[in-house]
Amino acid sequence: MSATAVAPRLHGIRHRRVTVLLVLLASVAVAVVLSITIGSKSVPLGDAWHALTAPTGTENDIVIRSLRVPRTVLGVLAGIALGVAGALMQGHTRNPLADPGLLGVTQGAAFAMVASIILLGASSLLVYIWYGLAGALVASVAVFALGMAGGRGGPTPVTLALAGTAVSALLYALTSAIVLLDEQAMDVFRFWQAGSIAARGGDVVWQVLPFVLAGLVLALVNAPGLNALSLGEDVARSLGQNIAMTRTIGVAAVTLLSGAAVAACGSLAFVGLIVPHLARPLSGTDHRWLLPYSGLIGAALLLAADVIGRVVAPPGELEVGVVLALLGAPFFVALVRRRKPVRL
Amino acid sequence: MRAQAAEPDPQAANVRLRAAGVKLGYGERVIVDGLDLGVEAGTVTTIIGPNGCGKSTLLRALGRLLKPQGGEVLLDGKRIDRLPTREVAKVLGVLPQAPSAPEGLTVADLVARGRHPHQTWYRQWSSDDEGAVAAALDMTGLADLAERPLEELSGGQRQRAWISMALAQGTDLLLLDEPTTFLDLAHQVEVLELVRHLHQEGGRTVVMVLHDLNLAARYADRLVAMRAGRVIASGAPHEVLTEDLLREVFELDAKVIADPVAGTPLVVPIGPLTRT
Repeated sequence: MSATAVAPRLHGIRHRRVTVLLVLLASVAVAVVLSITIGSKSVPLGDAWHALTAPTGTENDIVIRSLRVPRTVLGVLAGIALGVAGALMQGHTRNPLADPGLLGVTQGAAFAMVASIILLGASSLLVYIWYGLAGALVASVAVFALGMAGGRGGPTPVTLALAGTAVSALLYALTSAIVLLDEQAMDVFRFWQAGSIAARGGDVVWQVLPFVLAGLVLALVNAPGLNALSLGEDVARSLGQNIAMTRTIGVAAVTLLSGAAVAACGSLAFVGLIVPHLARPLSGTDHRWLLPYSGLIGAALLLAADVIGRVVAPPGELEVGVVLALLGAPFFVALVRRRKPVRL
Repeated sequence: MRAQAAEPDPQAANVRLRAAGVKLGYGERVIVDGLDLGVEAGTVTTIIGPNGCGKSTLLRALGRLLKPQGGEVLLDGKRIDRLPTREVAKVLGVLPQAPSAPEGLTVADLVARGRHPHQTWYRQWSSDDEGAVAAALDMTGLADLAERPLEELSGGQRQRAWISMALAQGTDLLLLDEPTTFLDLAHQVEVLELVRHLHQEGGRTVVMVLHDLNLAARYADRLVAMRAGRVIASGAPHEVLTEDLLREVFELDAKVIADPVAGTPLVVPIGPLTRT
């Protein structure tokens, strides 16, 4: 075959990737519509449109604008953030079972929140979330610094995982000690630990939005370098990639994305772990496509799980974190059994 | 050092890559100390030596994958560690020993990643990239396998795919660390014929590490024999590959005859040197 005959086939691959991207965007749109209209009070599509475009203060308008829209937007943000962070984490560690929690963000956020309650008397959601964010960032920086100690040219996946496990265990022990001593901290912790995007309000969306956006920009910048790194450090270096900088940008992106998501929504188990496994068969190994696909699948999955949680146990609701765990665990087992997790 | 006359004049303009008094090692462990080596443009240089003699370490240093603890590596007369790594990557390609790829990576995707140094975050793919990938696939005879995942290929095809990636990188200097490891003899010859083709048709300068002395003699312009981190001999294959040198470098008793096919030296081992 001549060189000219290869080119059309390379084009064909790119066409297919764009098509998949559009299909995923459409499925997020469907999930958004479901999330806005379905709940303990179902709202017809026409009323929902009315509430969004020309609200007149009806009951439906209030439900939609003050509850459903912030909840949906937060779900989309958290889903994108956790999906992208999961794909980055698995790519950097070359470990299909890695998730963003490996950097200590989850336990860092939890510890900072409960500590802020008993030590600083923090008492409102917006305040906890600031502390949660700060805790996630500090824990991640600590893990990164520990992982780098003694290594040349930036932390390696192994030292990062070891440092992350150690820091998480320490923070978890401290958090447990605090919530045993303080009832209010216990309440916040329990609520947060279940993982939910309900009753957060629009302020929380604005609070975490800049972090998620900054994380997404870093993730996009990181994608080509991660492609080079996935061929091994020597090949990446020979392709002119600066390894330490690539790792640092990657860790910063994971920290911002997952830190924002867990501070706002609690520990949403499984999103970061499962989503890249769903995205990879569609995207192949190219992170420039895997990252956007993972973000969109994460958003659709998180919203779908949230909608299921609203209708499955009327008149109450199941937290999205619980639904994700209930659906996600068997699903993940099936995934692992059907096809062994790929070597990265 | 024997065959010393073959060591190119360090000042010569045609020395592309040069190690000058390099000290190499990992942490406390020093493997190579005070080594000099120059690689002339348009030649195939093959480094031979027993396991652990430092030949891969030297190749890694020449390819700036390992920073020397002392001395310097010069690319076209400039210190390689002071050049922007991305600029080096446009001139110098390195293929490490037994590289590994993520599962599911197709041949076309792997080769496309060779274009990495030519891409920026805002311009990810150009017609230059496309042409280089298509040409690299074509030259390595992999065009028909372009969409196959790497793990479905034979060992020889897989090694050709990695070389194809290094070709797509578009460098005229290629460093190959044991490109024939784990391959059967037919596939070893296949890979080395490709290297010869790149050298003869493309005018590329190649430095490689090989274990098979007979193939090294047949496919190299210049052999560099190393032992314990030092260059023991360097020059044309018939100058280097002598019975004395095999005893000294490999502790091997052997007869060296003329290869009936290529006329290059052929090593027929007798047995390990018995020390008295």
